[in-house]
Amino acid sequence: MQIFSAPNYDFIRWRWHALILSAAVILAGVGYTVAQGGLPLGVDFSGGTIVVVKFQEPVSEQVVRDAIPGNEEVVQTYGEPGDHEILVRLPQIEGAEEGTSLEEGANRVVAALQGAGVPTFETVRTEIVGPVIGRELQLKGIYATLASIVGITLYIAFRFRPSFALGAIAATFHDILVTVAFLSFFGYELSLNVVAAILTITGYSVNDTIVVFDRVRENLRTMRKDALDQVVNKAVNQTLGRTVITAGTTFLAVLSLYVFGGEVLRGFAFTMLVGIVSGTYSTVFIAAAIAIMLSRRGRVARVPTAAPVPPGRTKSKQREARAS
Amino acid sequence: MTTLRWKVLAVVAVLVAAVYAFTPPSEKVRLGLDLKGGVHLVLRVQTDDALRIETETVADRFREQMKMRGVAGTVAAAAPDRFRVEGVPADQDPALREVANEVAVDYTREPGVSGTYDFVLRPLVATQLRNESVRQALQTIERRVNELGVAEPIVALYGTGGDQILVQLPGVTDVARAKEIIRSTALLELKIVEDGPGPTREGLLATRGGVVPPDMEVLPGASDTGGTGTSATVYYLVRRVAAVTGRDLRTARPSLDQNNRPAVSFSLNQDGARKFSSVTGANIGRNLAVVLDGRVVTAPRIDGRISDEGQIYGVFTQQEVQDLSLVLRSGALPASLTYLEQRTVGATLGADSVRAGILASLGGLAVVTVFLLAYYRLSGINAVVSIAMNLMVLLGFMAYLGATMTLPGIAGFVLTIGMGVDSNVLIFERIKEELATAKGVKAAVAAGFDRVFLTILDTHIASLIAAAFLFQFGTGPIRGFATTLTFGLLSNMFTSVFVSRTLFELILSRRHAARLSI
Repeated sequence: MQIFSAPNYDFIRWRWHALILSAAVILAGVGYTVAQGGLPLGVDFSGGTIVVVKFQEPVSEQVVRDAIPGNEEVVQTYGEPGDHEILVRLPQIEGAEEGTSLEEGANRVVAALQGAGVPTFETVRTEIVGPVIGRELQLKGIYATLASIVGITLYIAFRFRPSFALGAIAATFHDILVTVAFLSFFGYELSLNVVAAILTITGYSVNDTIVVFDRVRENLRTMRKDALDQVVNKAVNQTLGRTVITAGTTFLAVLSLYVFGGEVLRGFAFTMLVGIVSGTYSTVFIAAAIAIMLSRRGRVARVPTAAPVPPGRTKSKQREARAS
Repeated sequence: MTTLRWKVLAVVAVLVAAVYAFTPPSEKVRLGLDLKGGVHLVLRVQTDDALRIETETVADRFREQMKMRGVAGTVAAAAPDRFRVEGVPADQDPALREVANEVAVDYTREPGVSGTYDFVLRPLVATQLRNESVRQALQTIERRVNELGVAEPIVALYGTGGDQILVQLPGVTDVARAKEIIRSTALLELKIVEDGPGPTREGLLATRGGVVPPDMEVLPGASDTGGTGTSATVYYLVRRVAAVTGRDLRTARPSLDQNNRPAVSFSLNQDGARKFSSVTGANIGRNLAVVLDGRVVTAPRIDGRISDEGQIYGVFTQQEVQDLSLVLRSGALPASLTYLEQRTVGATLGADSVRAGILASLGGLAVVTVFLLAYYRLSGINAVVSIAMNLMVLLGFMAYLGATMTLPGIAGFVLTIGMGVDSNVLIFERIKEELATAKGVKAAVAAGFDRVFLTILDTHIASLIAAAFLFQFGTGPIRGFATTLTFGLLSNMFTSVFVSRTLFELILSRRHAARLSI
C-alpha cells in the first residue's frame, strides 16, 4: 500500500502562501491572547490554590460556588461527568509565605463545603503554590525552552549547515507560536505539563525537519546540476509518505492519550496534538522554504567530488562525504 | 548465519533481561506521588534566623564583656547580620577593640559618628552559617520524617536558591499533622520572664515608657488556664537571649505532669545543664518561659536551681505530647521554615490515573498496531514487535535504575510508541524506495537500514537534547516524563535499528524471497 506514489508536488512554490497562512494564525493568536489579557497561567506559574473535591453524587457548580464565602474563587466541573468532581481555584493570597497560612485557602474551602450541607465529598487533590515557586517556575520554563532550542540549533548547524539550522529553528518557533495560539483559542491554561509538551514539540518538530534535511544532504550529492530549491523540493516529496504516516500514527497515539489519559493530561495531550499537526506542516512548508531563502541562490555548498556513497559504506567514508 | 544467530541471541537476551527487571511491575516499578498518592512539599529555610541567633548571642556576650571592662555604651542587634554599639566614649575605644577581638571576630567593625559602631557579620561567615543551617534543617527533617514512619520518603535540597528543601511523603493521609511535625519547633528556647503575663502588649510596656528594652522582647502565649480548656492570648516580656535552646537538649519523651496531664520531659546535655543551672539558680522565684516557635507555651515559676532535667506542661493532648517529643528529639531546627508549595494527591486519584494511563497506552498501541499491519502487511508485524519490545526495554530500564514513573511519564510511553513508529516508517519507506530500483529484496532491506541510520541518529540526538533540558526544568512529574522520554529514545535506537533489522534478516534467511510484504 502506498499513500503517495511517486509524489511530485511543488511545495517550494507555495512557500509564500504558507508563510502568509502561518503569519495569519500566529498574529490571530497573539491578537486573541492580548485581547484576553495574556495567556491564562495555571497555579504552577501564577501561584494560588487548587482544590479538587469528589462528591458521591452530582453537585452543580453553582451549589459549590454559593457554599464558599467570597467571590474570588473559580469553580468548574472537572474530569468525566460520572466522577462528580469539582475544581475550586483560589488566587494567590498576599503574604501567604509568612507562616502556615499557605494552605489557609484550601482549608477554608473544605471547611465551608463541610458546613454547607452539600453531599459527602472527599478532597482528592490540592495544589498550593506560593508566589516564589511560581516565579521560579516561570523563569525555569522560559530558560529551558530557549536553551533547548539553542542546543538543537547548534547541533543542526554542526551536522548540516547554519542556514539549515536557522530553517529548522524558524520552524520550531513557528510550531511553538502556533501551539500557543491554539492553546489560547481553546482556553487552555499554561501549566507545567503544557510547558513540558511544548518542550517535547521542539524535539518533535526538529525531528521531522531533520529527516527532510538529511534527504536534502543526500540529494545534494546526486543532483549536482540542479538548483537548491529543486533539490529541497525533491527531498520533501521523497519523504512525504513517511512524514504523513508518522504524523498520522503519532497523532492517533496521542489522541488516545487525550481521550483516555484523564483530566490531568488533557492539556498536555492537546498541546501535543496541535504541535504534531503544526510540526508536520512546518516541516513541509516552512523549514525548507526558509533554509532555501537563507542560502544564497543556486548551488551553495560544493559537495566533495565523491560519488554517491554506496550502501554498506564505512564510517570514515561517511565522514568524508559529510564534510561539506 | 552465525552472525545472525548471535544477533537473535542478543535480542532475546535483552528481552529476557528487561522482562526480568520489571517483573512483577507492581513491585519493581517505582510510582511517583501523582500515581501513588501522597504529599509534595517545598519549604524554605529562613536562614536569616540562623544569622539573627548568632548576632544576638554575640551582641549579648559583647554587652557582658563591655560591662566587665567598664566600657560605657549600649549594644543592640540591628539586623540579622549586624549589631550596633552606641555611646562609647572616645577614650574607651581601645577597650572596645579588645572586646571586639575577643567575642566578635567574625564581624567587621564599621565606625559611625560619635561613638557609634556597627558590627557586620563577614559575608563569608554569613554564607557558611546559612548553608550550615540549611544542611542542619535537612538532616533534622530527615530524622523527623523517618520517625514518622513514612515509606520511601524523599528529603532533598531543591531549586537553585540553596535555601529550599523538597519533601515528598508517599501515602501520607494526615497532611496537616505531617506538615506540623516537619515545621514545628523551629526554635525551642527557655527564657527568663521579666514581666507578664499581661492581656495586652501595651499594658506590659506601660511602666517602661511604651518601648521594649533592647535586650528584651514581647512574646505572645496562651494563658495558663489550669486545665479548663479555654485560653486567651496573653503577652510576656522576656529576655531576648535564651538561657537554653533546643541545641542543648539531650532527649525528650512523653510523660505526665503533677496533675497527671500529658507533658514532655526533657534532659539537657552537659553544656546546657551548666548554663541552665546557673540561670535558674540566679533567678529563683521568677518565671521561666518555655518558648516554642516564638510562642510561650508555659511559664512556670523557678522554685530552685534546676540542672539537667525539666518538663514542659501546659494544655496538651496525648498526640501533641508525642509529636512534640518527636520533634524535640530529632533536634531543633536551626531556623524556622515556611512552606512554599504543597501538592497533595489522594490515593484514589492516583489509582485512577494509573488506570487512565494504562488505558491510554494500550489504546495508542492498538491504533498503531492496526495501522501498521494494514499499511505494511507482514512487515508491519516486524514494526509492532520492535515497538512492543521498545516499551518492554524501556520499562525494564526504569525498573532496573529505580527511576520513578509518573503520570506524564506514562505520556512518555505513548510518545515512545510514536517514536518507534517514526523510525520504523522511516526505514520501511526507504526500503520501498530501494525496492522500486529493483535491487532484490535483501539488498533493498540492507540499503534501507543503512541509509536511514544516520537520520535516525540525528533525530534521536536532537530529541535527547530537548529531553535533557526538560529534565533540568521539571519538578517530580515532569522529570518522570523526561526520564521515560530519554530511556525511550535510547532503547528505540536499539529496537528500531537492531531488533527490527535482525527480524528482517531472520525472515529473509529462511527463504529466497523475491517479494517482500511491505
